[in-house]
Amino acid sequence: MAGALRSRAGRRDGGRAEARSGGVLGRLSFDRPGFRLAVELDLPERGVAGIFGPSGSGKTTLLRCVAGLEPGARGRLEVGGELWQDDATGHRTPTHRRPLGYVFQESSLFTHLSVRGNLRYGWRRVPERRRRLHPREAARRFGLERLLDRRVDDLSGGERQRVALARTLLAHPRLLLLDEPLASLDDTARSEILGELERLVREVEVPVLYVSHDLGEVGRLADHLLVLDRGSVVAQGPLTELLTRLDLPLAGRPDAEAVLEATVGGHDEEFHLTRLDSEAGPLWVPGESVEIGWTVRVRVLARDVSLTLARQTGTSILNIVPATVAELREEDDAQTLVRLRVGEAALLARVTRRSAQHLGLRPGLELWAQVKSAALLR
Amino acid sequence: MQPVVQAIVAMPIVLPPTVLGFYLLVLLGPRGAVGEIWGRWGGGPLVFSFAGLVIGSVIFSLPFVVRPLQGAFAASGRRPMEAAATLGAGPLDRFATVALPLARRGYLTAATLCFAHTVGEFGVVLMIGGNIPGETRVVSIAIFDLVERMQYGAAHRLSAGLVVFSFLVLLVVSAVDRRWRAL
Repeated sequence: MAGALRSRAGRRDGGRAEARSGGVLGRLSFDRPGFRLAVELDLPERGVAGIFGPSGSGKTTLLRCVAGLEPGARGRLEVGGELWQDDATGHRTPTHRRPLGYVFQESSLFTHLSVRGNLRYGWRRVPERRRRLHPREAARRFGLERLLDRRVDDLSGGERQRVALARTLLAHPRLLLLDEPLASLDDTARSEILGELERLVREVEVPVLYVSHDLGEVGRLADHLLVLDRGSVVAQGPLTELLTRLDLPLAGRPDAEAVLEATVGGHDEEFHLTRLDSEAGPLWVPGESVEIGWTVRVRVLARDVSLTLARQTGTSILNIVPATVAELREEDDAQTLVRLRVGEAALLARVTRRSAQHLGLRPGLELWAQVKSAALLR
Repeated sequence: MQPVVQAIVAMPIVLPPTVLGFYLLVLLGPRGAVGEIWGRWGGGPLVFSFAGLVIGSVIFSLPFVVRPLQGAFAASGRRPMEAAATLGAGPLDRFATVALPLARRGYLTAATLCFAHTVGEFGVVLMIGGNIPGETRVVSIAIFDLVERMQYGAAHRLSAGLVVFSFLVLLVVSAVDRRWRAL
Protein backbone atom coordinates (compact mmCIF):
# COMPACT_ATOMS: atom_id res chain seq x y z
CA MET A 1 0.00 0.00 0.00
CA ALA A 2 2.80 2.38 0.93
CA GLY A 3 4.39 2.42 -2.51
CA ALA A 4 1.18 3.22 -4.32
CA LEU A 5 0.28 5.91 -1.87
CA ARG A 6 3.65 7.48 -2.27
CA SER A 7 3.15 7.94 -6.00
CA ARG A 8 -0.15 9.63 -5.32
CA ALA A 9 1.55 11.90 -2.83
CA GLY A 10 4.51 12.55 -5.11
CA ARG A 11 2.28 14.01 -7.77
CA ARG A 12 0.95 16.68 -5.51
CA ASP A 13 4.03 17.93 -3.75
CA GLY A 14 6.39 17.51 -6.61
CA GLY A 15 8.74 15.22 -4.69
CA ARG A 16 9.61 17.94 -2.24
CA ALA A 17 9.05 15.70 0.74
CA GLU A 18 12.15 13.89 1.85
CA ALA A 19 11.78 10.21 2.49
CA ARG A 20 12.26 9.98 6.22
CA SER A 21 10.64 8.00 8.95
CA GLY A 22 7.17 6.76 8.14
CA GLY A 23 5.72 8.22 11.30
CA VAL A 24 3.79 11.34 12.13
CA LEU A 25 6.03 14.32 12.56
CA GLY A 26 4.86 17.83 13.00
CA ARG A 27 4.28 21.01 14.84
CA LEU A 28 0.71 22.24 14.70
CA SER A 29 -1.08 25.15 16.25
CA PHE A 30 -4.64 26.32 16.11
CA ASP A 31 -6.33 29.33 17.69
CA ARG A 32 -9.93 29.81 18.60
CA PRO A 33 -11.24 32.52 20.94
CA GLY A 34 -10.40 31.32 24.43
CA PHE A 35 -8.50 28.28 23.27
CA ARG A 36 -5.10 27.61 21.81
CA LEU A 37 -3.78 24.28 20.63
CA ALA A 38 -0.02 24.00 20.22
CA VAL A 39 1.32 20.52 19.75
CA GLU A 40 4.55 18.90 18.67
CA LEU A 41 4.03 15.45 17.27
CA ASP A 42 6.61 12.74 16.89
CA LEU A 43 4.94 9.38 16.57
CA PRO A 44 6.39 6.15 15.20
CA GLU A 45 5.26 4.62 11.91
CA ARG A 46 3.58 1.63 13.46
CA GLY A 47 1.35 1.21 16.42
CA VAL A 48 -1.38 3.09 18.18
CA ALA A 49 -0.82 6.47 19.71
CA GLY A 50 -3.43 7.19 22.31
CA ILE A 51 -4.36 10.86 22.59
CA PHE A 52 -5.59 11.21 26.09
CA GLY A 53 -6.93 14.16 28.02
CA PRO A 54 -10.02 15.65 29.65
CA SER A 55 -12.79 16.99 27.45
CA GLY A 56 -11.95 20.39 26.06
CA SER A 57 -8.23 19.61 26.04
CA GLY A 58 -8.08 19.76 22.25
CA LYS A 59 -8.00 16.06 21.33
CA THR A 60 -10.57 16.29 18.56
CA THR A 61 -9.17 19.59 17.32
CA LEU A 62 -5.76 17.97 17.02
CA LEU A 63 -7.18 15.16 14.89
CA ARG A 64 -9.03 17.66 12.71
CA CYS A 65 -5.84 19.65 12.21
CA VAL A 66 -3.99 16.50 11.17
CA ALA A 67 -6.81 15.64 8.76
CA GLY A 68 -6.73 19.12 7.25
CA LEU A 69 -10.30 19.82 8.30
CA GLU A 70 -9.38 22.99 10.21
CA PRO A 71 -8.52 25.78 7.79
CA GLY A 72 -7.06 27.75 10.70
CA ALA A 73 -4.41 25.15 11.54
CA ARG A 74 -0.85 26.43 11.24
CA GLY A 75 2.51 24.71 11.20
CA ARG A 76 4.12 21.77 9.53
CA LEU A 77 3.05 18.17 9.25
CA GLU A 78 4.69 15.18 7.69
CA VAL A 79 3.12 11.73 7.58
CA GLY A 80 4.88 8.65 6.30
CA GLY A 81 7.63 10.81 4.83
CA GLU A 82 5.15 12.92 2.84
CA LEU A 83 4.65 16.58 3.47
CA TRP A 84 1.00 17.36 4.20
CA GLN A 85 1.35 20.90 5.38
CA ASP A 86 4.13 23.43 5.61
CA ASP A 87 3.23 27.04 6.18
CA ALA A 88 6.84 28.08 5.50
CA THR A 89 6.33 27.22 1.82
CA GLY A 90 2.57 27.65 1.78
CA HIS A 91 2.07 23.98 0.99
CA ARG A 92 -1.13 22.37 2.09
CA THR A 93 -2.51 19.07 0.89
CA PRO A 94 -6.31 19.19 0.90
CA THR A 95 -8.07 16.60 3.02
CA HIS A 96 -9.27 14.50 0.09
CA ARG A 97 -5.70 14.04 -1.13
CA ARG A 98 -4.41 12.99 2.29
CA PRO A 99 -4.51 9.20 2.40
CA LEU A 100 -6.09 9.05 5.82
CA GLY A 101 -9.04 7.39 7.43
CA TYR A 102 -11.15 9.24 9.95
CA VAL A 103 -13.73 7.63 12.21
CA PHE A 104 -15.78 10.34 13.87
CA GLN A 105 -17.14 10.24 17.39
CA GLU A 106 -20.72 9.89 16.27
CA SER A 107 -21.41 7.86 13.20
CA SER A 108 -21.01 9.96 10.08
CA LEU A 109 -22.43 7.51 7.59
CA PHE A 110 -24.14 8.78 4.47
CA THR A 111 -27.85 8.45 5.15
CA HIS A 112 -28.74 8.59 1.46
CA LEU A 113 -26.74 5.45 0.76
CA SER A 114 -27.20 1.85 1.83
CA VAL A 115 -24.59 0.06 3.94
CA ARG A 116 -23.09 -1.23 0.70
CA GLY A 117 -23.02 2.26 -0.79
CA ASN A 118 -21.25 3.55 2.30
CA LEU A 119 -18.64 0.79 2.20
CA ARG A 120 -17.95 1.38 -1.47
CA TYR A 121 -17.73 5.18 -1.22
CA GLY A 122 -14.07 5.46 -0.31
CA TRP A 123 -13.12 2.18 -1.98
CA ARG A 124 -14.34 3.36 -5.41
CA ARG A 125 -12.03 6.33 -5.14
CA VAL A 126 -8.94 4.19 -4.57
CA PRO A 127 -7.07 3.31 -7.79
CA GLU A 128 -7.63 -0.33 -8.66
CA ARG A 129 -4.00 -1.39 -8.45
CA ARG A 130 -3.79 -0.11 -4.90
CA ARG A 131 -6.79 -1.98 -3.58
CA ARG A 132 -5.93 -4.73 -1.14
CA LEU A 133 -9.27 -5.16 0.58
CA HIS A 134 -12.57 -5.82 -1.17
CA PRO A 135 -15.89 -4.55 0.26
CA ARG A 136 -17.10 -8.15 0.42
CA GLU A 137 -14.11 -9.12 2.55
CA ALA A 138 -14.50 -6.07 4.77
CA ALA A 139 -18.20 -6.82 5.24
CA ARG A 140 -17.33 -10.37 6.26
CA ARG A 141 -14.69 -9.25 8.73
CA PHE A 142 -17.00 -6.78 10.42
CA GLY A 143 -20.03 -9.05 10.34
CA LEU A 144 -21.99 -6.79 8.00
CA GLU A 145 -22.93 -9.28 5.28
CA ARG A 146 -26.57 -9.44 6.30
CA LEU A 147 -26.81 -5.67 6.50
CA LEU A 148 -25.46 -4.68 3.09
CA ASP A 149 -28.81 -3.60 1.65
CA ARG A 150 -30.06 -1.92 4.79
CA ARG A 151 -30.46 1.82 5.22
CA VAL A 152 -28.01 3.15 7.73
CA ASP A 153 -30.80 4.81 9.74
CA ASP A 154 -32.10 1.35 10.62
CA LEU A 155 -28.83 0.16 12.15
CA SER A 156 -27.96 0.02 15.82
CA GLY A 157 -25.21 2.25 17.18
CA GLY A 158 -22.73 -0.60 17.23
CA GLU A 159 -23.58 -1.65 13.68
CA ARG A 160 -23.17 1.90 12.51
CA GLN A 161 -19.69 2.21 13.98
CA ARG A 162 -18.73 -1.15 12.45
CA VAL A 163 -19.83 0.18 9.05
CA ALA A 164 -17.85 3.36 9.69
CA LEU A 165 -14.73 1.36 10.56
CA ALA A 166 -15.07 -0.90 7.53
CA ARG A 167 -15.74 2.07 5.25
CA THR A 168 -12.61 3.78 6.56
CA LEU A 169 -10.40 0.73 6.06
CA LEU A 170 -11.72 0.29 2.52
CA ALA A 171 -10.38 3.74 1.66
CA HIS A 172 -6.90 2.23 2.18
CA PRO A 173 -5.62 4.93 4.53
CA ARG A 174 -2.02 5.46 5.40
CA LEU A 175 -2.91 7.04 8.71
CA LEU A 176 -5.92 6.14 10.82
CA LEU A 177 -7.58 8.79 12.96
CA LEU A 178 -10.08 7.43 15.45
CA ASP A 179 -11.99 9.98 17.47
CA GLU A 180 -13.56 8.20 20.43
CA PRO A 181 -15.24 5.69 18.14
CA LEU A 182 -16.85 3.99 21.14
CA ALA A 183 -18.10 7.08 22.93
CA SER A 184 -21.63 7.01 21.50
CA LEU A 185 -22.20 3.32 22.23
CA ASP A 186 -23.81 1.49 25.12
CA ASP A 187 -21.69 -0.88 27.19
CA THR A 188 -22.54 -4.04 25.27
CA ALA A 189 -21.83 -2.57 21.86
CA ARG A 190 -18.77 -0.93 23.31
CA SER A 191 -17.05 -4.07 24.50
CA GLU A 192 -17.99 -5.81 21.26
CA ILE A 193 -16.46 -3.10 19.08
CA LEU A 194 -13.48 -2.71 21.39
CA GLY A 195 -12.52 -6.29 20.60
CA GLU A 196 -12.79 -5.62 16.87
CA LEU A 197 -10.84 -2.41 17.20
CA GLU A 198 -8.11 -4.22 19.04
CA ARG A 199 -7.79 -6.75 16.25
CA LEU A 200 -7.94 -4.04 13.64
CA VAL A 201 -5.24 -1.80 15.08
CA ARG A 202 -2.95 -4.77 15.50
CA GLU A 203 -3.44 -5.78 11.86
CA VAL A 204 -3.21 -2.46 10.07
CA GLU A 205 0.27 -1.50 9.01
CA VAL A 206 -0.24 2.21 9.43
CA PRO A 207 0.01 4.53 12.41
CA VAL A 208 -3.19 5.06 14.36
CA LEU A 209 -4.11 8.12 16.38
CA TYR A 210 -6.71 7.09 18.92
CA VAL A 211 -8.50 9.81 20.84
CA SER A 212 -10.04 8.80 24.13
CA HIS A 213 -10.72 10.02 27.61
CA ASP A 214 -11.11 6.46 28.86
CA LEU A 215 -7.93 5.17 30.45
CA GLY A 216 -9.04 1.55 30.17
CA GLU A 217 -9.52 1.88 26.40
CA VAL A 218 -6.19 3.58 25.97
CA GLY A 219 -4.47 0.93 28.11
CA ARG A 220 -5.86 -1.80 25.90
CA LEU A 221 -5.21 -0.24 22.53
CA ALA A 222 -2.36 2.23 22.70
CA ASP A 223 1.37 1.66 22.46
CA HIS A 224 2.28 5.30 22.78
CA LEU A 225 0.54 8.01 24.64
CA LEU A 226 0.16 11.69 24.12
CA VAL A 227 -1.34 13.43 27.11
CA LEU A 228 -3.10 16.69 26.31
CA ASP A 229 -4.29 19.33 28.69
CA ARG A 230 -5.76 22.70 27.67
CA GLY A 231 -4.28 22.50 24.22
CA SER A 232 -0.72 21.52 25.09
CA VAL A 233 1.11 18.24 25.31
CA VAL A 234 1.77 17.36 28.93
CA ALA A 235 3.79 14.29 28.01
CA GLN A 236 4.33 11.89 25.15
CA GLY A 237 6.09 8.55 25.11
CA PRO A 238 5.61 4.81 25.48
CA LEU A 239 2.33 3.93 27.19
CA THR A 240 3.84 1.71 29.89
CA GLU A 241 6.24 4.43 30.95
CA LEU A 242 3.73 7.28 31.00
CA LEU A 243 1.09 5.33 32.91
CA THR A 244 3.37 4.94 35.90
CA ARG A 245 4.84 8.42 36.02
CA LEU A 246 3.76 10.00 39.26
CA ASP A 247 4.13 13.55 37.95
CA LEU A 248 1.40 13.01 35.32
CA PRO A 249 -2.34 13.17 35.94
CA LEU A 250 -2.72 9.54 34.81
CA ALA A 251 -1.31 8.06 37.99
CA GLY A 252 -3.53 10.27 40.10
CA ARG A 253 -6.76 8.83 38.73
CA PRO A 254 -8.80 6.36 40.78
CA ASP A 255 -8.34 3.86 37.94
CA ALA A 256 -4.57 4.40 37.73
CA GLU A 257 -2.90 1.36 36.24
CA ALA A 258 0.30 -0.17 35.00
CA VAL A 259 0.37 -2.11 31.75
CA LEU A 260 2.93 -4.86 31.24
CA GLU A 261 3.94 -6.73 28.14
CA ALA A 262 4.05 -10.49 28.63
CA THR A 263 4.19 -13.79 26.79
CA VAL A 264 1.97 -16.68 27.67
CA GLY A 265 4.33 -19.13 29.36
CA GLY A 266 2.13 -22.00 30.41
CA HIS A 267 -1.17 -23.28 31.70
CA ASP A 268 -2.11 -24.86 34.99
CA GLU A 269 -4.61 -27.41 33.78
CA GLU A 270 -5.75 -28.51 37.19
CA PHE A 271 -6.70 -25.01 38.39
CA HIS A 272 -7.33 -23.45 34.98
CA LEU A 273 -4.78 -20.72 35.28
CA THR A 274 -2.45 -19.14 32.75
CA ARG A 275 1.10 -18.15 33.51
CA LEU A 276 2.20 -14.91 31.92
CA ASP A 277 5.91 -14.27 31.74
CA SER A 278 5.97 -10.52 32.11
CA GLU A 279 8.73 -7.99 32.49
CA ALA A 280 7.81 -8.03 36.16
CA GLY A 281 8.21 -11.79 36.48
CA PRO A 282 5.62 -14.56 36.20
CA LEU A 283 2.00 -13.63 36.87
CA TRP A 284 -0.89 -16.08 37.12
CA VAL A 285 -4.29 -15.13 35.76
CA PRO A 286 -7.51 -17.16 35.71
CA GLY A 287 -8.59 -18.91 32.52
CA GLU A 288 -6.74 -20.76 29.79
CA SER A 289 -8.07 -18.97 26.74
CA VAL A 290 -4.80 -17.78 25.28
CA GLU A 291 -2.31 -20.11 23.62
CA ILE A 292 1.24 -20.53 24.84
CA GLY A 293 3.73 -18.25 23.13
CA TRP A 294 1.32 -15.40 22.44
CA THR A 295 2.25 -11.86 23.30
CA VAL A 296 -0.29 -10.24 25.54
CA ARG A 297 -0.82 -7.24 27.75
CA VAL A 298 -1.58 -7.33 31.42
CA ARG A 299 -3.20 -4.54 33.33
CA VAL A 300 -2.51 -4.12 37.02
CA LEU A 301 -4.53 -1.44 38.79
CA ALA A 302 -2.78 0.59 41.47
CA ARG A 303 -5.53 -0.26 43.96
CA ASP A 304 -4.96 -4.00 43.44
CA VAL A 305 -1.33 -3.91 44.55
CA SER A 306 -0.46 -4.16 48.23
CA LEU A 307 2.98 -4.05 49.81
CA THR A 308 4.63 -6.22 52.42
CA LEU A 309 8.14 -6.19 53.84
CA ALA A 310 8.41 -9.94 54.32
CA ARG A 311 7.20 -12.47 51.80
CA GLN A 312 3.83 -13.74 52.94
CA THR A 313 3.10 -17.43 52.78
CA GLY A 314 -0.32 -17.87 54.32
CA THR A 315 -2.11 -15.73 51.76
CA SER A 316 -4.65 -16.20 48.99
CA ILE A 317 -2.73 -13.92 46.73
CA LEU A 318 -1.06 -15.83 43.91
CA ASN A 319 1.16 -13.18 42.48
CA ILE A 320 3.85 -11.96 44.80
CA VAL A 321 6.85 -10.35 43.18
CA PRO A 322 9.99 -8.76 44.59
CA ALA A 323 10.00 -5.01 44.06
CA THR A 324 11.93 -1.85 44.85
CA VAL A 325 10.32 1.44 45.78
CA ALA A 326 11.23 3.94 43.09
CA GLU A 327 9.18 6.96 44.01
CA LEU A 328 6.47 8.07 46.40
CA ARG A 329 3.80 10.73 46.20
CA GLU A 330 1.35 11.64 48.89
CA GLU A 331 -1.94 12.09 47.07
CA ASP A 332 -4.00 13.57 49.88
CA ASP A 333 -4.15 13.27 53.64
CA ALA A 334 -5.00 9.60 53.49
CA GLN A 335 -3.39 8.01 50.44
CA THR A 336 0.07 7.54 49.06
CA LEU A 337 0.92 6.49 45.54
CA VAL A 338 4.02 4.34 45.12
CA ARG A 339 5.92 3.59 41.94
CA LEU A 340 7.70 0.26 42.15
CA ARG A 341 10.47 -1.16 40.03
CA VAL A 342 9.75 -4.78 39.38
CA GLY A 343 12.37 -6.41 37.18
CA GLU A 344 12.35 -4.36 33.98
CA ALA A 345 8.91 -2.96 34.54
CA ALA A 346 7.10 -0.52 36.76
CA LEU A 347 4.00 -1.05 38.86
CA LEU A 348 1.87 1.38 40.81
CA ALA A 349 0.56 0.73 44.29
CA ARG A 350 -1.92 2.88 46.15
CA VAL A 351 -1.65 2.47 49.92
CA THR A 352 -2.82 4.50 52.89
CA ARG A 353 -0.46 7.10 54.23
CA ARG A 354 -0.49 5.31 57.55
CA SER A 355 0.68 2.08 55.93
CA ALA A 356 3.37 3.95 54.05
CA GLN A 357 4.65 5.39 57.28
CA HIS A 358 4.28 2.10 59.14
CA LEU A 359 6.30 0.23 56.49
CA GLY A 360 8.85 3.03 56.32
CA LEU A 361 8.47 3.35 52.55
CA ARG A 362 11.30 5.28 50.93
CA PRO A 363 12.98 5.15 47.52
CA GLY A 364 15.34 2.19 47.30
CA LEU A 365 13.50 0.07 49.83
CA GLU A 366 13.19 -3.56 48.75
CA LEU A 367 9.93 -5.30 49.52
CA TRP A 368 7.25 -7.56 48.05
CA ALA A 369 4.40 -6.45 45.86
CA GLN A 370 1.26 -8.53 46.16
CA VAL A 371 -0.83 -8.31 43.03
CA LYS A 372 -4.38 -9.12 43.97
CA SER A 373 -5.61 -9.24 40.42
CA ALA A 374 -4.18 -8.77 36.99
CA ALA A 375 -6.29 -8.47 33.88
CA LEU A 376 -5.28 -10.02 30.60
CA LEU A 377 -5.88 -7.39 27.94
CA ARG A 378 -5.08 -9.23 24.75
CA MET B 1 -21.37 39.20 1.15
CA GLN B 2 -23.80 36.42 2.00
CA PRO B 3 -26.32 38.72 3.75
CA VAL B 4 -26.39 41.03 0.72
CA VAL B 5 -27.04 38.19 -1.70
CA GLN B 6 -29.63 36.75 0.63
CA ALA B 7 -31.44 40.09 0.87
CA ILE B 8 -31.45 40.59 -2.91
CA VAL B 9 -32.75 37.07 -3.53
CA ALA B 10 -35.51 37.58 -0.96
CA MET B 11 -36.64 40.93 -2.38
CA PRO B 12 -39.45 39.52 -4.58
CA ILE B 13 -41.18 38.21 -1.45
CA VAL B 14 -41.51 41.71 -0.07
CA LEU B 15 -41.98 43.82 -3.20
CA PRO B 16 -45.47 44.32 -4.67
CA PRO B 17 -45.61 42.36 -7.94
CA THR B 18 -46.41 45.56 -9.80
CA VAL B 19 -43.17 47.16 -8.67
CA LEU B 20 -41.17 44.12 -9.74
CA GLY B 21 -43.13 43.94 -12.99
CA PHE B 22 -42.57 47.64 -13.66
CA TYR B 23 -38.79 47.42 -13.29
CA LEU B 24 -38.66 44.26 -15.35
CA LEU B 25 -40.65 46.04 -18.03
CA VAL B 26 -38.19 48.91 -17.98
CA LEU B 27 -35.13 46.61 -17.96
CA LEU B 28 -36.34 44.14 -20.57
CA GLY B 29 -37.91 46.71 -22.90
CA PRO B 30 -36.19 47.48 -26.23
CA ARG B 31 -34.63 50.58 -24.63
CA GLY B 32 -33.85 48.86 -21.32
CA ALA B 33 -30.34 47.73 -20.35
CA VAL B 34 -31.08 44.04 -20.77
CA GLY B 35 -33.51 44.36 -23.67
CA GLU B 36 -31.07 46.40 -25.75
CA ILE B 37 -28.19 43.96 -25.35
CA TRP B 38 -30.57 41.10 -26.04
CA GLY B 39 -31.75 42.83 -29.21
CA ARG B 40 -28.20 43.51 -30.38
CA TRP B 41 -27.41 39.81 -30.08
CA GLY B 42 -30.30 39.12 -32.38
CA GLY B 43 -32.93 38.25 -29.78
CA GLY B 44 -36.56 39.06 -30.37
CA PRO B 45 -38.55 41.40 -28.15
CA LEU B 46 -38.63 40.35 -24.49
CA VAL B 47 -41.57 42.34 -23.20
CA PHE B 48 -45.03 41.16 -24.15
CA SER B 49 -43.54 37.83 -25.24
CA PHE B 50 -43.49 34.37 -23.79
CA ALA B 51 -39.70 34.54 -23.29
CA GLY B 52 -40.07 37.69 -21.19
CA LEU B 53 -42.77 36.00 -19.18
CA VAL B 54 -40.45 33.11 -18.38
CA ILE B 55 -37.61 35.43 -17.36
CA GLY B 56 -39.96 37.42 -15.13
CA SER B 57 -41.37 34.28 -13.54
CA VAL B 58 -37.90 32.92 -12.81
CA ILE B 59 -36.93 36.12 -11.04
CA PHE B 60 -40.03 36.59 -8.94
CA SER B 61 -40.15 32.93 -7.91
CA LEU B 62 -36.44 32.70 -7.13
CA PRO B 63 -36.75 33.17 -3.36
CA PHE B 64 -39.23 30.32 -3.16
CA VAL B 65 -36.58 28.04 -4.61
CA VAL B 66 -33.46 29.43 -3.00
CA ARG B 67 -34.76 29.49 0.58
CA PRO B 68 -35.82 25.83 0.85
CA LEU B 69 -32.68 24.69 -0.96
CA GLN B 70 -30.50 26.73 1.34
CA GLY B 71 -32.29 25.26 4.33
CA ALA B 72 -31.90 21.73 3.00
CA PHE B 73 -28.17 22.11 2.44
CA ALA B 74 -27.68 23.70 5.84
CA ALA B 75 -29.65 20.93 7.53
CA SER B 76 -27.24 18.23 6.35
CA GLY B 77 -24.44 19.97 8.22
CA ARG B 78 -20.73 19.91 7.56
CA ARG B 79 -20.06 16.41 8.85
CA PRO B 80 -21.12 14.37 5.78
CA MET B 81 -18.99 16.59 3.55
CA GLU B 82 -16.03 16.20 5.90
CA ALA B 83 -16.46 12.46 5.97
CA ALA B 84 -16.56 12.41 2.16
CA ALA B 85 -13.34 14.45 2.02
CA THR B 86 -11.57 11.99 4.33
CA LEU B 87 -12.73 9.21 2.00
CA GLY B 88 -10.96 10.85 -0.93
CA ALA B 89 -13.76 12.80 -2.59
CA GLY B 90 -12.77 16.21 -3.98
CA PRO B 91 -14.99 19.30 -3.65
CA LEU B 92 -17.07 18.79 -6.82
CA ASP B 93 -17.22 15.06 -6.31
CA ARG B 94 -18.55 15.35 -2.77
CA PHE B 95 -20.99 18.07 -3.75
CA ALA B 96 -22.48 15.81 -6.41
CA THR B 97 -22.39 12.56 -4.43
CA VAL B 98 -23.17 13.79 -0.92
CA ALA B 99 -24.53 17.35 -0.67
CA LEU B 100 -26.95 17.12 -3.61
CA PRO B 101 -28.55 13.79 -2.72
CA LEU B 102 -28.76 14.68 0.97
CA ALA B 103 -30.66 17.85 0.10
CA ARG B 104 -33.06 16.04 -2.24
CA ARG B 105 -36.17 16.73 -0.18
CA GLY B 106 -35.31 20.42 -0.44
CA TYR B 107 -35.71 20.38 -4.24
CA LEU B 108 -39.18 19.01 -3.90
CA THR B 109 -40.24 21.68 -1.44
CA ALA B 110 -38.61 24.28 -3.66
CA ALA B 111 -40.28 23.00 -6.81
CA THR B 112 -43.68 22.86 -5.12
CA LEU B 113 -43.47 26.35 -3.71
CA CYS B 114 -42.17 27.72 -6.97
CA PHE B 115 -44.98 26.01 -8.87
CA ALA B 116 -47.64 27.34 -6.54
CA HIS B 117 -46.25 30.83 -6.67
CA THR B 118 -45.90 30.86 -10.45
CA VAL B 119 -49.34 29.47 -11.23
CA GLY B 120 -51.00 32.04 -9.03
CA GLU B 121 -48.98 35.05 -10.15
CA PHE B 122 -50.88 37.91 -11.65
CA GLY B 123 -49.22 41.30 -11.30
CA VAL B 124 -45.80 40.66 -12.78
CA VAL B 125 -47.27 38.63 -15.60
CA LEU B 126 -49.71 41.36 -16.49
CA MET B 127 -46.99 44.02 -16.43
CA ILE B 128 -44.46 42.35 -18.70
CA GLY B 129 -46.70 39.88 -20.50
CA GLY B 130 -49.59 42.11 -21.27
CA ASN B 131 -52.20 39.36 -21.61
CA ILE B 132 -51.86 38.72 -25.35
CA PRO B 133 -54.05 35.76 -26.37
CA GLY B 134 -52.04 32.80 -27.61
CA GLU B 135 -48.81 34.44 -26.54
CA THR B 136 -48.73 35.67 -22.96
CA ARG B 137 -52.17 34.98 -21.61
CA VAL B 138 -51.94 32.79 -18.51
CA VAL B 139 -54.77 30.86 -16.88
CA SER B 140 -55.11 33.08 -13.82
CA ILE B 141 -55.52 36.22 -15.96
CA ALA B 142 -57.81 34.47 -18.41
CA ILE B 143 -60.10 33.55 -15.51
CA PHE B 144 -60.11 37.17 -14.38
CA ASP B 145 -61.06 38.30 -17.91
CA LEU B 146 -63.85 35.76 -18.17
CA VAL B 147 -65.32 36.82 -14.85
CA GLU B 148 -65.12 40.46 -15.89
CA ARG B 149 -67.12 39.57 -18.95
CA MET B 150 -69.60 37.62 -16.81
CA GLN B 151 -68.75 34.33 -18.61
CA TYR B 152 -69.03 32.25 -15.46
CA GLY B 153 -69.31 28.93 -17.29
CA ALA B 154 -65.96 29.32 -19.03
CA ALA B 155 -64.42 30.69 -15.83
CA HIS B 156 -65.63 27.55 -14.05
CA ARG B 157 -64.05 25.24 -16.57
CA LEU B 158 -60.68 26.94 -16.30
CA SER B 159 -60.81 27.24 -12.52
CA ALA B 160 -61.83 23.64 -11.99
CA GLY B 161 -59.10 22.58 -14.40
CA LEU B 162 -56.57 24.47 -12.35
CA VAL B 163 -57.86 22.93 -9.12
CA VAL B 164 -57.54 19.39 -10.50
CA PHE B 165 -54.15 20.10 -12.02
CA SER B 166 -52.78 21.59 -8.80
CA PHE B 167 -54.11 18.69 -6.77
CA LEU B 168 -52.49 16.14 -9.07
CA VAL B 169 -49.15 17.92 -8.92
CA LEU B 170 -49.21 18.04 -5.11
CA LEU B 171 -50.23 14.39 -5.00
CA VAL B 172 -47.21 13.40 -7.06
CA VAL B 173 -44.97 15.61 -4.93
CA SER B 174 -46.04 14.08 -1.66
CA ALA B 175 -45.74 10.56 -3.08
CA VAL B 176 -42.19 11.28 -4.22
CA ASP B 177 -41.39 12.84 -0.87
CA ARG B 178 -42.55 9.73 0.96
CA ARG B 179 -40.38 7.56 -1.19
CA TRP B 180 -37.35 9.81 -0.74
CA ARG B 181 -37.79 9.91 2.98
CA ALA B 182 -37.75 6.13 3.03
CA LEU B 183 -34.58 5.89 0.97
